[in-house]
Amino acid sequence: MSVPAELRYTPEHEWVSVEGTSASVGITEYAAQQLGDVVYVSLPTPGSTVTAGEPCGEVESVKSVSDLYSPVDGEVVEVNTELEDDPSLVNAEPYTAGWMFRVRVAEDGNGDAALPPDLLSAAEYEELTKSAG
Amino acid sequence: MHAVHERLGATMTAFAGWQMPLRYASETAEHLAVRRAAGLFDLSHMGEIAVRGLGAGAAMDYALIGQLSALRPGRARYTMICADDGGVLDDLVVYRLGEEEFLVIANASNTSVVFEALVARTAGFDARVTDATSDYALVAIQGPESAGILAPLAGGLDLAAMKYYAGGFGSVAGRSAWVARTGYTGEDGFEVFCQPADAVIVWDALLARGAPAGLVPAGLAARDTLRLEAGMPLYGNELGPDVTPFEAGLGRVVKFDKPGDFVGREALAARASSGPRKRLAGLTIESRRIARHGYPVLADGDGLAGGSGGVVPPGRHVGAVTSGAPSPTLGVPIAMAYLDPDVGADQALSVGIRGAAVPAKLTDLPFYRRRQ
Repeated sequence: MSVPAELRYTPEHEWVSVEGTSASVGITEYAAQQLGDVVYVSLPTPGSTVTAGEPCGEVESVKSVSDLYSPVDGEVVEVNTELEDDPSLVNAEPYTAGWMFRVRVAEDGNGDAALPPDLLSAAEYEELTKSAG
Repeated sequence: MHAVHERLGATMTAFAGWQMPLRYASETAEHLAVRRAAGLFDLSHMGEIAVRGLGAGAAMDYALIGQLSALRPGRARYTMICADDGGVLDDLVVYRLGEEEFLVIANASNTSVVFEALVARTAGFDARVTDATSDYALVAIQGPESAGILAPLAGGLDLAAMKYYAGGFGSVAGRSAWVARTGYTGEDGFEVFCQPADAVIVWDALLARGAPAGLVPAGLAARDTLRLEAGMPLYGNELGPDVTPFEAGLGRVVKFDKPGDFVGREALAARASSGPRKRLAGLTIESRRIARHGYPVLADGDGLAGGSGGVVPPGRHVGAVTSGAPSPTLGVPIAMAYLDPDVGADQALSVGIRGAAVPAKLTDLPFYRRRQ
């Protein structure tokens, strides 16, 4: 199970990749494996505002449908339209081609992205998936 | 078998007190392997109930809605056990192993209900009922390559001559087994009932022999989408105590012309003459979203639209989805649903999928039929 060290995570199994004030979001390999084959992804509308910890979309697999939570606050600037035609990218490449949406996050005082303080490190997220079995 | 599934990387799921493989890798790939080559299923959770005795045939005729006394030894039949009011307690496959011996295959969640009902209903007959679930493991090989994979491993069985819904005693990988040409996938295939202690040997031998031909281990998730494409009902979804076989479109399974009384006859005869209260239909969903169990089916264009924007979209409720999944074979989501009997073939329908009315098209069952 891959948990890239450079990413941040949520207990709801989203990952965040931050570059400047741009945050890319997807779901983890662990989540994709638990869901099984993903058949439909509903993403937030570009231009809409998302709030950390709140549902902003849905991930539907053969067996279940789950809410997609935003890990950060900000404005959605782009969504992965490839997933409309090929939602299986979420299973095949959850951290790369299976990304879901990008958010412009407000700056903190130092010019970095202002992220919620409770995002998990890779080590913390891995611990969480192990305790979940 | 648990260690075997773990070694194969299965995601396990709790089901009726059993830990069973849900999928090994991709349920879609497993599904397609069964349609194109073959899949191997561990179905040891299924219930096996033995009914033996000189009066076993007459006892089965009284206890079930089919005429099992007319079944020849070595043959199988799909049938049901109903309550006095005609409601379905379970659907069953019954094998006649010998003149005085039947093996009843029940759904895992219903094994004790079926066992207790059979004990009670056969009390006046010369028949003994035994819950033999722990005496059998069940390994199913399903798909067009099944016969070719199984034949070199089978002893004492003429698989080429074995008809659909027939079976025989023999061996697989040197282990004694009852092997039958039955299944729940809409494909040709075989079910191997062996001793639990032999299950790993049978499984490993079939997997090794079949892998070059494209056989893969397949889990319960693929089994569910396979049976849905084949239009086969699942207890708890399409079948339950609140429906009779007539609502499920399976009235032909009720054998009114068999000799003697049977449990549920009066209620079923009344239902047969008054017509079903609802009918099971197939739907093709015009979206990528899945119409799942319990979602409402709506009739559009009735002038009753008053969209609240809430959970239930506008439209007149004309039914409810019982099973839904993406169809790997057809490439679109499909569903089965119970609809009001007056819904016409040309009625525009939609399914309420979490607040949105998604168009759906009435589709003849089964969605998929194998080439003979």
